[in-house]
Amino acid sequence: MDKFTTHTGVGVPLKRSNVDTDQIIPAVYLKRVTRTGFEDGLFAAWRNDPEFVLNNEAYAQGTVLVAGPDFGTGSSREHAVWALQNYGFKAVISARFADIFRGNSGKAGLLAAQVDEKVVQKLWTLLEDQPGAEITVDLEARVVRAGSGDDAIEESFQIDDYTRWRLLEGLDDIGITLGHADDIDAFEKTRPSFKPVTL
Amino acid sequence: MGKTQGRTLSEKVWDEHVVRSTAGEPDLLYIDLHLIHEVTSPQAFDGLRLAGRQVRRPDLTLATEDHNVPTLDWDKPIADPVSRTQVETLRKNAEEFGVRLHPLGDIDQGIVHVVGPQLGLTQPGMTIVCGDSHTSTHGAFGAIAFGIGTSEVEHVLATQTLTQAKPKTMAVTVNGSLPDGVTAKDLVLNLIAHTGTGGGQGYIVEYRGQAIEELSMEGRMTICNMSIEWGAKAGMIAPDQTTFDYIEGRKEAPKGADWDAAVAHWKTLRTDDDATFDKEIVLDASTMTPFVTWGTNPGQGVPLGASVPAPADFEDEQDQIACEKALTYMGLEAGTPMREVKVDTVFVGSCTNGRIEDLRLAAEVIKGRKVAADTRLLVVPGSVRVRLQAEDEGLDVIFKEAGAEWRGAGCSMCLGMNPDTLTPGERSASTSNRNFEGRQGKGGRTHLVSIPVAAATAVRGTLSSPADLEPVQA
Ligand code: SF4
Repeated sequence: MDKFTTHTGVGVPLKRSNVDTDQIIPAVYLKRVTRTGFEDGLFAAWRNDPEFVLNNEAYAQGTVLVAGPDFGTGSSREHAVWALQNYGFKAVISARFADIFRGNSGKAGLLAAQVDEKVVQKLWTLLEDQPGAEITVDLEARVVRAGSGDDAIEESFQIDDYTRWRLLEGLDDIGITLGHADDIDAFEKTRPSFKPVTL
Repeated sequence: MGKTQGRTLSEKVWDEHVVRSTAGEPDLLYIDLHLIHEVTSPQAFDGLRLAGRQVRRPDLTLATEDHNVPTLDWDKPIADPVSRTQVETLRKNAEEFGVRLHPLGDIDQGIVHVVGPQLGLTQPGMTIVCGDSHTSTHGAFGAIAFGIGTSEVEHVLATQTLTQAKPKTMAVTVNGSLPDGVTAKDLVLNLIAHTGTGGGQGYIVEYRGQAIEELSMEGRMTICNMSIEWGAKAGMIAPDQTTFDYIEGRKEAPKGADWDAAVAHWKTLRTDDDATFDKEIVLDASTMTPFVTWGTNPGQGVPLGASVPAPADFEDEQDQIACEKALTYMGLEAGTPMREVKVDTVFVGSCTNGRIEDLRLAAEVIKGRKVAADTRLLVVPGSVRVRLQAEDEGLDVIFKEAGAEWRGAGCSMCLGMNPDTLTPGERSASTSNRNFEGRQGKGGRTHLVSIPVAAATAVRGTLSSPADLEPVQA
């Protein structure tokens, strides 16, 4: 996994709440057995709509998604995170994330930055007034920055310490856990014999 | 937490599985059972191969084919090439890594959340995970069970553990008894309408109270299944005699001395009287009625006797916008009585309502009646064993005589990854768990309903309950 310290890129205002993972990537696109190539399914149902934000040239190269609350609800499909990453997104900013989506993001290296709802509103206003404007997501400082002069936005975001550390270090979760193999061995010795096995 | 402070059910099960706990880090949790299916596992096995890693405990892992398998012609090669690739990839991976697989055609094939309990593998006090959000179903047995993403699937395969921050605890107490004809599905749809789709976020929820205790295991599974639909990490119900009776004698259930030891332990898995929850919700079951959704998330529901709401009925601006969008998508007009909503397709099945008890209940309503002229009824058993049991009991004949389609086992129209989908604009009454835009097929319009409502709707062609049906002529 690549290290994530800070990222600056075009912000995309997705002015919808409750964007569930079926909207992020519909089930028909899940049939691949690889981790790449899911960008064509991203927001597939909405991409046909010429008014949809990613169909606007100014936002098409976006890398920072600014979405309404309860982003990523629904199915646990990690393809939702891959689809966002395959498209080019590095970070999603929202006032509330679904737990599984947040977990999946942290593991795959997509930054899920939680901010106050008012901050989302401010970013939306800025991005709509200045299509193509960039947003900086500074993980080290836990700060989102955008705009300049009087309109400049600088607000902190929330992310748990552990996920932040892993993203900053670019650490693979499995490797970390395998470092604790002794603990796992010891635990397994204490498991009761009535616990079921499949083989 | 002081020494004398009691613990909740979920805290007890959690504590029993902590491999490693360090301040400032999530706990490392041991996983008792890892369930796998064809859609969310290929990339995980791929990751193992790339890193040269093994499956640590194939003997705590079980795979089945369910999400995209056809429910017609299941004995022939899968027609859709992509589905076929996924299924073949699962078979190759199971073989290479030594994982037990119940493939299409096997007697234990079926929806992963139907198969686990049916085999007796799902037991109280376990930790169970699967790359599917409705893993919460298994919480009905007093297990901590939740859905995980593919990276986590890989993590569990390689280490049999997961790093997890301890969720907060919530109690949902449902007092009183459910009235006749009102089911677990109505109860949970009621609850979600009450809390909203995000109301459970960050919590492991324990469902308790008289109405919950009175439910069968099937009903309890329906409730826990839909925990995720109001955002909860997991749902649990304390194991009791109903639970033990369900498990006893099943193929993978403990036997002999192991059984006694297991039951003795399971009996300790109850929330202590002096334990406290971070949040509590109290509901009254005795006032509940059949509940149906009108919108595009499971929280957008009303009693069957009510009408389609208008945006102005909501106080919150986001809710108003959501209502307006949902009405447009659903092709509904505010003020229309729900009972007048015409339905094209009725789907009976899924891990929410695809068990034998569900099929019996549906058959009871359908028996001696006919599916309405321009409505189709699709009955998809949750597993091969459910199908065979239903056929033993003659339920398939009842369905077929009524004009319904009787299918093979799988997820089917619950998510429309196989050929069972809605066409754009087509309206369904579905016993599954999600009514998201396009969930059952692009442009499809889904109303979530209970089994009795589904069956009655198939007969009348509009959303209905069995009470709306003419008596069957003798
Ligand atoms: S029946 Fe539906 S909810 Fe259940 S496992 Fe299958 S797709 Fe998921």
